[in-house]
Formats: sequence, C-alpha cells, structure tokens
Amino acid sequence: MTSPKLLEVKNLRVEFPTRRGTLVAVDDVSLEIAAGEVLGVVGESGAGKSMTGAAIIGLLEPPGRIASGEIRLEGRRIDNLPYHEMRRIRGRQIGAIFQDPLTSLNPLYKVGDQLIETIQTHLPLTHAQARDRAVKLLEDVGIPSAAERITHYPHQFSGGMRQRVVIALALAAEPKLIIADEPTTALDVSIQAQIIQLLRRLCREHGTAVMLVTHDMGVIAETADRVAVMYAGRIAEIGPVQDVIKRPHHPYTVGLMGAIPAMGHKAERLTQIDGSMPRLNAIPKGCAFNPRCPKVFDRCRVERPDPMPAGNSNAACWLVAKEPAHV
Amino acid sequence: MSKTPMLSVTNLKRVFDVSAPWLNRMLEGKGRSIVRAVDGVNFSIDKGETFSLVGESGCGKSTVARLIVGLYEPSDGSINFEGVEIGQAATRAKHPEIQGRMQMIFQDPYASLNPRWRVGDIVAEPLRFRRLLKSRAEIQTRVGELLAQVGLSPLDARKYPHEFSGGQRQRISIARALAGEPEFLVCDEPTSALDVSVQAQILNLMKELQRKLNLTYLFISHNLAVVYHVSDKVGVMYLGRLVEWADTQTLFERPLHPYTRMLLDAIPDLDMTGRARTPVAGEVPSPLNPPPGCSFHPRCPLANERCRREVPKALPVEGGAVACHAVEENRLPPWKTQAAA
Ligand SMILES: Nc1ncnc2c1ncn2[C@@H]1O[C@H](COP(=O)(O)OP(=O)(O)OP(=O)(O)O)[C@@H](O)[C@H]1O
Ligand SMILES: Nc1ncnc2c1ncn2[C@@H]1O[C@H](COP(=O)(O)OP(=O)(O)OP(=O)(O)O)[C@@H](O)[C@H]1O
Ligand code: SF4
Ligand code: SF4
Ligand SMILES: [Mg+2]
Ligand SMILES: [Mg+2]
Repeated sequence: MTSPKLLEVKNLRVEFPTRRGTLVAVDDVSLEIAAGEVLGVVGESGAGKSMTGAAIIGLLEPPGRIASGEIRLEGRRIDNLPYHEMRRIRGRQIGAIFQDPLTSLNPLYKVGDQLIETIQTHLPLTHAQARDRAVKLLEDVGIPSAAERITHYPHQFSGGMRQRVVIALALAAEPKLIIADEPTTALDVSIQAQIIQLLRRLCREHGTAVMLVTHDMGVIAETADRVAVMYAGRIAEIGPVQDVIKRPHHPYTVGLMGAIPAMGHKAERLTQIDGSMPRLNAIPKGCAFNPRCPKVFDRCRVERPDPMPAGNSNAACWLVAKEPAHV
Repeated sequence: MSKTPMLSVTNLKRVFDVSAPWLNRMLEGKGRSIVRAVDGVNFSIDKGETFSLVGESGCGKSTVARLIVGLYEPSDGSINFEGVEIGQAATRAKHPEIQGRMQMIFQDPYASLNPRWRVGDIVAEPLRFRRLLKSRAEIQTRVGELLAQVGLSPLDARKYPHEFSGGQRQRISIARALAGEPEFLVCDEPTSALDVSVQAQILNLMKELQRKLNLTYLFISHNLAVVYHVSDKVGVMYLGRLVEWADTQTLFERPLHPYTRMLLDAIPDLDMTGRARTPVAGEVPSPLNPPPGCSFHPRCPLANERCRREVPKALPVEGGAVACHAVEENRLPPWKTQAAA
C-alpha cells in the first residue's frame, strides 16, 4: 500500500538536562504511521515510549525537550510550532490518551462537563448537542448508564472506568491521529475488546491513524498493523506485526516474546530477561542491550547498531548485519 | 479443614451514595442513586496462599481490596484477620499491629506516591513506621536493596516520582510495599503497567518471597494468564458479587459459571492478528440499577425465568463454589476442552 504518511518522525531525540548531566530519553527514533494504520509500540518499562508520544503531541514536561529531529503531520512540521498553534492541533487533529488518567481528568469537575467543554472547544455544537455527543461517546467506550454517569465526579468511577472516560475525551473531536498510551492497561478483557474494536472502527471508517503504546502483546496482535519495539530510548526492531511476534530478529524482542505468560501449563517460574535496562546516564557503549544479550559478540561492545533490514522488518542488531536477509 | 484462615470476609458489603445533591433531585424529580459496589461477598484466604479476584472493570475488586486494608469501612459484613474482627474502624483501631502486617500495592501508581518525597523516603516510610531498622545507614542500604530487587537502581533513591516512567513508578510502589515486610499483601493490578519481561521478574520475585517468608497475597488482575500463573485460588466477581471461586486449575480447566466461561473465551491470543475475538455478548449492566435476580441474566445464554427473579446462592462444588441456577438445575452444557480449539 502506498497510503500517504500521516505522521512522520525523523531522528527524534528527547533530552532531560539535569544537574548531573544531560539524560537522553529518546535517541534517534524514526517512525511513520499511515492514515488508517495502527502502529503498536512495545518495549521495556522506561524505554521512552511515553516520551516519544509526548514529543509528538508537544506535551513534553520541562525540562524535557526535543533536542533534534523532525515531526511532521500530513507533511507539515509540528515540532517547532508556537504553543497556541500546537494547542489547536492537539485535541482537534491529534487526540491523546495518557497513561495517567489523572492528568487528563480534573477531579473537581463532573465528567460530563469536561467532555462537553472539550467537544465545544473543537466542534461547532450547541450545549445540548455536545451533551448528546458526550453521552454517546461514553456509551461507545462501554460506560453503562452513561446519561446518569455524566453527572458524576472522576473519583466516583472505578480505575478502568476513569480510563474509558479519558478515551472518550481523546475521541471527542474525531482527531486524525490518536496517541494512545496504554489505553487498555486497567481494563478487563471484555472492555478491552470493545475499546479495540472502537479504535479499529475509527481507523477503518475515518482513516484515523493510531500510535498504540501497550504492554499487552495480545492487544498488539489483534490491533496493530506494525509494531515498534523500544529499548533504552531507541527502536530495537520495527516491522509487520506477525513478523515481529513470530519471527523476531533482535535478541531483546526474542526475550520479550518469551516472557509472555502462556496459558495451558503452569510454570513454577516465568521466563524473564535477567538484569535490568541501563539507567539513562549509564548506557553502555555499543549496543545498549549488550550486557543482557545472550548473543553478544565483540562488535556489540564497541559499535552502536542502527536499524537495518531484517526479513520484512528492521532490527538494530549486528547479528542481522552478519547474516543479510535473503530476498 | 479446621484451621483458621489468615483472612476471611463474610457477607461483605459496601454501598456508595452517588446521588445528585438534594435540591437537584427535587427539581429533576430523581431519586437517590446507590452503587452497590460490593454486595455480599464471602471468601477466605489461608496463610501462604495466593487468592486472586478477577472480573469486569467496575465489578468491585478494588473496593474489596480497600475494605480489607481499612481504607473504606464496610456497610455490612465482617472481615476477620487471624480470628480478630477488623471490619469496623473502631475495632480495627484496637489492633494497630494487624495494620502493620498488611500492605497494599495500588492500582494507580501515580496517585499513591507522594510527589514531594524523594523515592528513598517513600520506600523507607514503612521501615520507619514499623521501626524495622534504626540507623540511617541501615535504612539506606535496605532501600537500595529493595530498589534493586524491583529492577531499579539504589541511586534512584535520590530522585522524585515524576522523574520515572509509569512502570518504574509502579515498581517504586512495589518496593515500598515490600519494605514493610508485610505478611499479607494486597496487590491491585501490580504489574499491569509493566512490560512482560519486568512483569515476569516482579512475579517471580513475589513468588520467591512467598516461598521464603510464607506470605499471603490477595491479587487483583484482569490479565488471566498472569492470574493463572500466580494463584492458588481464583474468585470471579460480577457486579459486586462473587459468582464462582475454585482452585486455579479447576477454574481454568472446568469453569462452571457462564460468566467465567465468557471471560475465558475472551482471552486474546497472539495468533489473532486483525481478527476480532469472541465478542462479549450483551450490554454491560449498570451497578446503578443492577438487573433483578441473577445480575448476569441479561447476558447469559442459559437464563430462564427463575434467573430473572431469584438471586442464585453459592453452592459448594468440587474444588470451589458457584452461584448459578443452571448448575443447581443440572442444565449446564459441558465446557469445551482446551485441546479442541
Ligand atoms: N522528568 C524526568 N527527568 C528525568 N528523567 C525522566 C523524566 N521523565 C522521564 N524520565 C526518564 O525517561 C525515560 C523514558 O520514560 P518514558 O516515560 O518514556 O518510559 P516508557 O517507555 O513510557 O515506560 P513505561 O512503560 O514504564 O511507561 C525513563 O527512563 C524515565 O526514567
Ligand atoms: N469512592 C467512590 N464513590 C462512589 N462510587 C464508587 C467509589 N469507589 C468505587 N465506586 C463505584 O463502585 C463500583 C466498583 O468500583 P471498583 O473500583 O471496586 O471496581 P474495580 O472492580 O476495581 O474496577 P476496575 O477493574 O475498573 O479497577 C464502580 O461502579 C465505581 O463507580
Ligand atoms: S547488537 Fe549484539 S548485543 Fe546488541 S542485540 Fe544484537 S547481538 Fe545482542
Ligand atoms: S443463574 Fe441463570 S442467568 Fe445467572 S448465570 Fe446461572 S443460568 Fe445464567
Ligand atoms: Mg509510559
Ligand atoms: Mg480497580
């Protein structure tokens, strides 16, 4: 498919200047999402997934900042826009579902009022129309008794219900791109299925593009078209979903897939990748994964691999360079 | 079995009044709205065991957890910890030592970490509270160990919560919970913010500690594969009630309650690229006005007239208990065997 690239991120680098030196949270990340496409983003906790998302919507919290790179939405650069212009894009063109539902919900306002306000900011609707739309949105995300629930405050909802309210907020203005940071993390499988179906419907019917950050490989398998795997601020592997899940090239991806708890036989111990991700100020030379990598060899300790073609995917690993893919 | 369980709850209930203010109700002609978040739940957990609660979002799992650790007071029913009644705040206050032996890992790591405290102080708080260690040096060393156990660095003790990613914050709250050396740990979605490999590390650590220290866990998760691996017993909640409980193997191999079966059917798997999973039939009912009789009846393929009228009582079955008329009336179809899929 040669669908137009709705979102293009090129060589993105996000830094946190601190008193003890500059931390690089996102390092040379490039990715693209086409209209109607879902890009899944997985990876180690702390790898930079949320930072990448925050950079795209222009909501990096200071002192975090984009140090270099470009972000384009429908060809137009959006990483260097003034605050008020970016604000207009956010919500209307890009909807965000944050990992932390509390940052998106004001505890002092009723859920319905927050939805209605967002809707009216972006769409030319009367209060009554906006209210109907708010109820409809809450129903879409599976909140029962929506008409009554809109008069409640966030703390009167369960964890998963709050998360669904946030999803409804992000969808309120029918944005072209949705950055969804762990939207289904606190949700049970049935609500999860409902949200996923909703996202897929938006992609199909409205050509919405979605960047879906999640730890749930099942959700990735059923929702994403392509997957990016992040490790220590960089993309370790990126490719079509079935390739990444079934034929991973990068040893970190292999380890990650192996750690998914399987049903069927009960293991005394779950498979894990030993060790932990390096701290941002102590990223090893060469490949950042090398201290934990079962396949490490000399070159890995001196030279940093960039993503290179591996089968249908791209992997940042010297193993792939040794064995170039056959066409 | 005659030995006293570590924890047992009997007919546990909690309602929340979510009515509009009185004046609005008068003007709009509306009545009171009451959420029966937990509506008569019974279970017990033996020492050294992991009991998991699963069920749809909003079914009352976190409320049960909060009732047990004393963050909410029950509207009715009892909570018994090693033979001591701790349900009511007044009686609980008489047993501060019990409170110290329980810890909770919260579903929302953002809300549960004080943003103005350094991570080291957050993790050290239970150590100081229980006076487990006296000297600053000892505390600092222990905090470093705890942080390393959850895959963070001892050097992270100097930072503030906002400097961490979501999953890293969850690990801080796990380290804090472990610091108090609890014997009974309530874990509300402890690993759902973590990637699968860190999740495996944490779950392995929890299991190791359980073996070594004979810890008891109440575990809440919507990830059924995780529940399958960590639990000895599993309770399934639906709209504030426990509809089935059984030992883990039995529940996953021979689920009885139609809702449990539906949940197991909805587990996603890695082969279903782009394919929708078995959709969950029917509307999710509202806890604001739950259906009469068996509250699952509007979605249940086996519902009959009696189900619409009469709340099913929990019946003991092999390996557990189930509250369903179809089971009692012996009209439950057999469960597909896993291999046939
Ligand atoms: N304010 C800050 N100051 C310094 N470092 C920060 C700050 N905020 C985040 N970081 C670091 O940036 C890195 C990337 O964080 P990010 O939130 O993007 O991780 P993530 O991949 O979303 O992880 P998770 O899966 O746990 O949510 C982390 O290592 C985190 O510690
Ligand atoms: N403080 C409160 N005030 C009013 N209603 C509440 C309060 N806490 C919980 N509820 C309601 O009680 C019900 C059960 O909530 P609870 O948080 O126990 O659900 P849960 O099973 O933990 O769900 P989730 O999986 O989404 O976290 C929900 O309908 C919720 O709206
Ligand atoms: S580059 Fe080397 S250390 Fe890095 S993942 Fe590949 S084999 Fe392992
Ligand atoms: S009691 Fe009736 S409605 Fe409820 S689960 Fe059993 S068969 Fe279904
Ligand atoms: Mg994150
Ligand atoms: Mg909860």
